[in-house]
Amino acid sequence: MGKITFIEHDGTEHVVEFEAGASLMQVAVNNAVPGIDADCGGECACGTCHVILAQEWFAKTGTPGPDEEQMLSMTPERAESSRLGCQVQTTEAMDGMTVRLPEFQM
Amino acid sequence: MRRSSLAAGTLLTTLIQKQWPHEAVLISDEPLPPYQRPPLSKDYLAGKTARESLYLRPHSMYENAGHRLRLGERVERIDRVNKTVELSDQSTLGYDRLVLATGARVRRLNAPGADLEGIHYLRDIADTDALRSQLSPGQRLVIVGGGYIGLEVAAIAVKGGLKVTVLEAAGRVMQRVTGPEISAFFLAKHRDAGEEVRLDTSVIGFEADDDGHVAGVAVADGSTVPVDVVLVAVGITPETALAESAGLPCDDGILVDEYVRSGDPAILAIGDCTRHRNVFFEQPQRMESVANAVDQARTAAATLMGDDKPYDAVPWFWSNQYDVRLQMVGLSKDHDERVVRGNPRDGAFAVFYMREGHLVAVDAVNLPIAFMVGKKLVYQHRDVDAEALSDPDIELKSLV
Ligand SMILES: Cc1cc2nc3c(=O)[nH]c(=O)nc-3n(C[C@H](O)[C@H](O)[C@H](O)COP(=O)(O)OP(=O)(O)OC[C@H]3O[C@@H](n4cnc5c(N)ncnc54)[C@H](O)[C@@H]3O)c2cc1C
Ligand code: FES
Repeated sequence: MGKITFIEHDGTEHVVEFEAGASLMQVAVNNAVPGIDADCGGECACGTCHVILAQEWFAKTGTPGPDEEQMLSMTPERAESSRLGCQVQTTEAMDGMTVRLPEFQM
Repeated sequence: MRRSSLAAGTLLTTLIQKQWPHEAVLISDEPLPPYQRPPLSKDYLAGKTARESLYLRPHSMYENAGHRLRLGERVERIDRVNKTVELSDQSTLGYDRLVLATGARVRRLNAPGADLEGIHYLRDIADTDALRSQLSPGQRLVIVGGGYIGLEVAAIAVKGGLKVTVLEAAGRVMQRVTGPEISAFFLAKHRDAGEEVRLDTSVIGFEADDDGHVAGVAVADGSTVPVDVVLVAVGITPETALAESAGLPCDDGILVDEYVRSGDPAILAIGDCTRHRNVFFEQPQRMESVANAVDQARTAAATLMGDDKPYDAVPWFWSNQYDVRLQMVGLSKDHDERVVRGNPRDGAFAVFYMREGHLVAVDAVNLPIAFMVGKKLVYQHRDVDAEALSDPDIELKSLV
């Protein structure tokens, strides 16, 4: 159990608890965090779970897979540390992580 | 107050996120909180995901926000004059606004023996649990219907060691939703994996063994396919009975306008049960997809909050079969030109569907970038240069 902070594009912060093992998308969704749609339910098929990690965390979560990279390359507000939230599995080490959400999903 | 599953769960979540100041009651005859159906013919059927991971949101999320879920209860009747609904336990509930999200029922085959034991249909978790318990290695599975659900199940069953036969009445698989290139690719994929796929083959009945269990599927050419388990996946019919008996206008779907209002302004309808308008089609249509369910749910949230926004979402869809992910965007059926990018033999390609020079749809096979670019271009109603779409030297991204 730890805490992750999701920050909406307008600066609103949502500090939520998580159990390691769930995807970042699930953590946001289970806590009704706005700004993440996750329409396909985590199948890497929709591109509506775009999140932007803080640089130092991006390095720790591994790199996007080839499909994820193709999806990300078209998301609005793509940043260097962008990921699809459904493709990032949370670990104990992510306690204290901050995640920014874009203004628009795909 | 509102009812039912995927669309209803999304609606309630959106209202919570937008801090809608009223109370909602979600009534569903299924005993579970709203859940994702796509995994029912994918990872959940394959035993790769737990039941709880299908839930759209945890049950507690709705209740912590002050809303109620009444699960395992059916709405039997709507009284529009007194604005109440009558539930299966005979209680009544009043409403100011009512949202129907009743989804669809599987179409049943009207052939002799169609209710024999061992014949399955697939719409809810209970259906998947029942089917999965029958999928043991070595068993012979016949799937009636080569649509995406039938084919997804076929792929999982083959991987599980079953001997699979797919019987499709039309001349190609997934004919209703895609073009010939995609159908041909998937037909080859399924046959190469060891399935027997028979096209132009109509089922005329089922034969039983001495215990009344299905043992054979009779087809129109006079032959019989021996079988242990049958899945019938031949489409759905919208669940409109409740709306019809309340006198709401229906025509193979509850008719709604672009704000998802039914014939009664106090009643909205969303998801698989609706026939609706969208700027992307000329005639009102019915859609059977997660995308439509969630996008209409968001339109309904806006309508309920007095912040009316017309429904203008681009339809999209996906399907997983073997190692292939098909992603579709737009409606391809009225196209006048098709352009293929990439080579089906490489396992990654896309078909672009054009009408009068506009891109109207894209079907992408293991090529997510084509899907994503398509989502933008179709939404923008843009004229697109067909040659550029098929030119491997031109990056798709540069066309947006
Ligand atoms: C096996 C399967 C695989 C699929 N795969 C995909 C896919 O890959 N991609 C995709 O986009 N779509 C897919 N779909 C389609 C998608 O799941 C549906 O379009 C979506 O669920 C529609 O949502 P809905 O809320 O309109 O209806 P539903 O999710 O069907 O919910 C309707 C609910 O209403 C309840 N109900 C009906 N009448 C009453 C009543 N009188 N009282 C109380 N409750 C009632 C029903 O029991 C049900 O729980 C799939 C569907 C199935 C079955
Ligand atoms: S939830 Fe659809 S891509 Fe992540």
